[in-house]
Amino acid sequence: MKVAVLTFPGSNCDYDLYKAVQQVGADPTFVWHRERGLSGYEAVVLPGGFSYGDYLRPGAIARLSPIMEDVIGFARDGGPVLGICNGFQILCEVGLLPGALVRNESIRFSSKDVHLRVERADTLFTTGYVAGQVLRVPIAHGDGNYEADEETLDRLEAEGRVVFRYTDERGAATTEANPNGSHRNIAGIVNEAGNVLGMMPHPERAMEDVLGSTDGIGLFQSLMTSLSGATG
Amino acid sequence: MSRVEDAVTGTVVPPRADDPAITPELVAEHGLSEEEYERVCRVMGREPTFTELGVFSAMWSEHCGYKNSKRLLRLLPTEAPWVMQGPGENAGVIEVGDGYALAFKIESHNHPSAVEPYQGAATGVGGILRDIFTMGARPVAVLDSLRFGDLDSPRVRYLFGGVVRGVGDYGNCVGIPNIGGEVVFDRGYEGNPIVNAMCLGLMKKEELITASASGVGNSLMAVGARTGRDGIHGATFASEELSDDADESSRPRVQVGDPFTEKLLLEASLELIKSGAITGIQDMGAAGITSSASEMAGRAGNGVEIEMALVPVREEGMTPYEILLSESQERMLVVAEKGREDEVRRILEKWELEAAEIGRVTDDGRFRVLEGGAVVADIPALPLTDGCPTYEREGIEGEEVQALRAVDLSEHLIPEGDLTKSLLMLLGSPNVASKRWVYEQYDSTVRTGTAVRPGGDAGVIRIRGSKKAIAATTDCNGRFVYLEPRTGAKIAVAEAARNLVCVGAVPTAITNNLNFGNPLKPHIYFQLRESVLGMAEACALFETPVTGGNVSLFNETDGRAIYPTPVIGMVGIIEDVDKLVRHAFRAVGDDIVVMGTNEGEMGGSEYLYVTADLVAGAPPRVDLEAERALQQAVLRMIHETVLRSAHDCSEGGLACALAESALGSNGEAPLGVDVELDDELRPVEALFSESQGRIVVSCAPEHTDEVLRIAGLYDVPARRIGSVTAAQAGFRIRTRDGSVDAQLDDLSDAFFGALPRIMDAPAASGT
Repeated sequence: MKVAVLTFPGSNCDYDLYKAVQQVGADPTFVWHRERGLSGYEAVVLPGGFSYGDYLRPGAIARLSPIMEDVIGFARDGGPVLGICNGFQILCEVGLLPGALVRNESIRFSSKDVHLRVERADTLFTTGYVAGQVLRVPIAHGDGNYEADEETLDRLEAEGRVVFRYTDERGAATTEANPNGSHRNIAGIVNEAGNVLGMMPHPERAMEDVLGSTDGIGLFQSLMTSLSGATG
Repeated sequence: MSRVEDAVTGTVVPPRADDPAITPELVAEHGLSEEEYERVCRVMGREPTFTELGVFSAMWSEHCGYKNSKRLLRLLPTEAPWVMQGPGENAGVIEVGDGYALAFKIESHNHPSAVEPYQGAATGVGGILRDIFTMGARPVAVLDSLRFGDLDSPRVRYLFGGVVRGVGDYGNCVGIPNIGGEVVFDRGYEGNPIVNAMCLGLMKKEELITASASGVGNSLMAVGARTGRDGIHGATFASEELSDDADESSRPRVQVGDPFTEKLLLEASLELIKSGAITGIQDMGAAGITSSASEMAGRAGNGVEIEMALVPVREEGMTPYEILLSESQERMLVVAEKGREDEVRRILEKWELEAAEIGRVTDDGRFRVLEGGAVVADIPALPLTDGCPTYEREGIEGEEVQALRAVDLSEHLIPEGDLTKSLLMLLGSPNVASKRWVYEQYDSTVRTGTAVRPGGDAGVIRIRGSKKAIAATTDCNGRFVYLEPRTGAKIAVAEAARNLVCVGAVPTAITNNLNFGNPLKPHIYFQLRESVLGMAEACALFETPVTGGNVSLFNETDGRAIYPTPVIGMVGIIEDVDKLVRHAFRAVGDDIVVMGTNEGEMGGSEYLYVTADLVAGAPPRVDLEAERALQQAVLRMIHETVLRSAHDCSEGGLACALAESALGSNGEAPLGVDVELDDELRPVEALFSESQGRIVVSCAPEHTDEVLRIAGLYDVPARRIGSVTAAQAGFRIRTRDGSVDAQLDDLSDAFFGALPRIMDAPAASGT
């Protein structure tokens, strides 16, 4: 299964994502932001980092990269697209996902393990989990505070598009467990069609015991399973 | 120096139209003494031009020329079979095994950080990253060693907050995990914060490249950011004392960092090195083009010729003097093989960066600078880089310190309140308290290699595709060094080694950062000399050669020097990452064993600082042979997988070490402790003494005999002092006369809450 790992100037989780994709048996390829065309790929992933230094606004310049037009087309055709951290920010900037990621409430960068509750175990990306399961996954961001108007938030909830929520280790979505001030503790959402997922936490950093957690494996395996089911 | 002076030819260079005349005042402003200036004239065979004076001023500053420290640095052991590159290059390199090499180095950015903490610290990280990737290694980890005055000062809180944000923003953006370091608060650093950053980079052995301008006729190319007017004379600035008004007047000498460009430069540089189109690459760091070009020429025994009109600049009208001495960040000097310049340009273009041919390698041994074809500087390269005069100064111990060492401490050793209160006070002291507030601002998990994150004894990065891992730590207790420099320096090396051993790493090599006051003062030179001697002795015994580092002198404000602070950045190798051990207790019922002996020493302890506001007494003694035996014993235990945890006993003594293991650092569920200490000591000494050579381990009860047996094999005193209990049972330590009995919630609140309470209070946002 061929997976395109997009790289923008300033991406810095591209290699980690590449390795995570490889670990579950898929076949990753780095695709530079100025390249064109995504045919032949079965999934596209957008890594974390600081594209263009985040100097203007996270993702604001990366969304203008030539490859993004192809990503939009790929997503419209139902192809799975996963954006993590800066990747999530870019997906919001380009309009594939609603809302925006703004400065953390603390106004500081925040790097630590958080707990996530899996809200939906029936998306392309989460079939390997069970709904309500609590994962331990690292975050590392300065702009991860998910914001949208109340109407959008209500619609996301009603349509079951909140996939991950920040919780404590027992799965309670408390204020203390919210690391960045995100509305309704939202950590990850999908688009209406369910084929585009954006999330701030880093499942690709939770793939091995030696790194502290293996809870991220499920996400990449789910993607693999969904795709091999669809093609074969 | 006769060989150097033979090179004199004395070419005539007419002064530029707008250049000021060379007067004794101008020479003095450039930080050169009369004798040094005479030496410049001798080397040149004539008086230098203004441009040449600027060049000498930078290259013969302490920062570039090590004039006050070079003779001492020669005393340090630098060799071992595993050392691939010792001092003198951008970074030291050691062999790791499995075909890998590790480049690593520490560097200071003290002066800029005192003036502009955010940019000062950020560019410090940028500079050390470049030193690593110019060796051909990919940076895989950063550590930061920081020191500030006491946090009750708003100015100190401003500096601390700014430095942490600067270190974080830069490393986070480039995507290099921060895996540890240290943060110390003591009035000894008021006015002169210490900001040292260390970087580690991994490469395949054959990817090692050095910074030399070889191949006559090859092109010199300026790569990366353009040259601007920022940071001019930073190297000279870093080699003088700060005055009270340094803030305002010195700000233009501080550079501004751009981590995004750095990230592109990193990727482009590694690609360049892989392409084989270049023969050498060096950061334009301190003293910019001047130092990179002349040092690369010097190493190859060649000359260089540079045309100022070809250097990409940010603004019109820059003089050669400014271009040569600019310390604009994120720039590299590359030596491209003749005919392959376009290949270099193409790689840079892919990363949206510039590359410009600015000169060439010559065979005449001259550092020659042209401006529109006219020669504006023509200096023999070797005397410029290697001819800096070096001095051995007079060193006499200060009387004040002798008096402090003799202070009778006994009146301070009876706690005013109860022992539990003392422990809570110590855990809440910013020096002992968790640095979570700091390291949560640093990305510690990017690159998916971090096996031990900040907050432990040492950070650990595993090597993908190998069983091996690299551990690193930075250490120095400046109070100990202040009170008795030679002992303090030995302790710094010993503690660094102990920290590595606690995660299961064999201590392998050192990079050091010598942060001191003004060496022209006899009591400061005494500190410097004694520290180097202590370090040399310890490094020899631990077989941890020094492969490079940095010297930062003149850390004084209004004549008051910092504590002498020779920071040790030590790296070690873990053979099997699956066997690594962390400092947190793991299971209820495990036995707790202390190895080493508590001598009850309280001199220079955190207890005295916190309870009596006192830095006095003699520092703890250090027995290097015993240290080594202890370390070998613990490594053996970890190798035999009989330990559940291991933790060094340092600031705050045994009681704090136990509390740290009980509380963990990375969200572990806290565990209780039930311990009995039967030392024939005062309770305060039993709990809070900072006697050296002690490690607290825990093990499953069925392994306790084996742990004690191994300790015996190495003649290391070891005894079981108690066990790990459930959190509800609390934290209990009984001594012969008094006890500690605390709830874990209270310990946790003191330990984790201290820094946030200080830094997140509304008034703390600063000045």
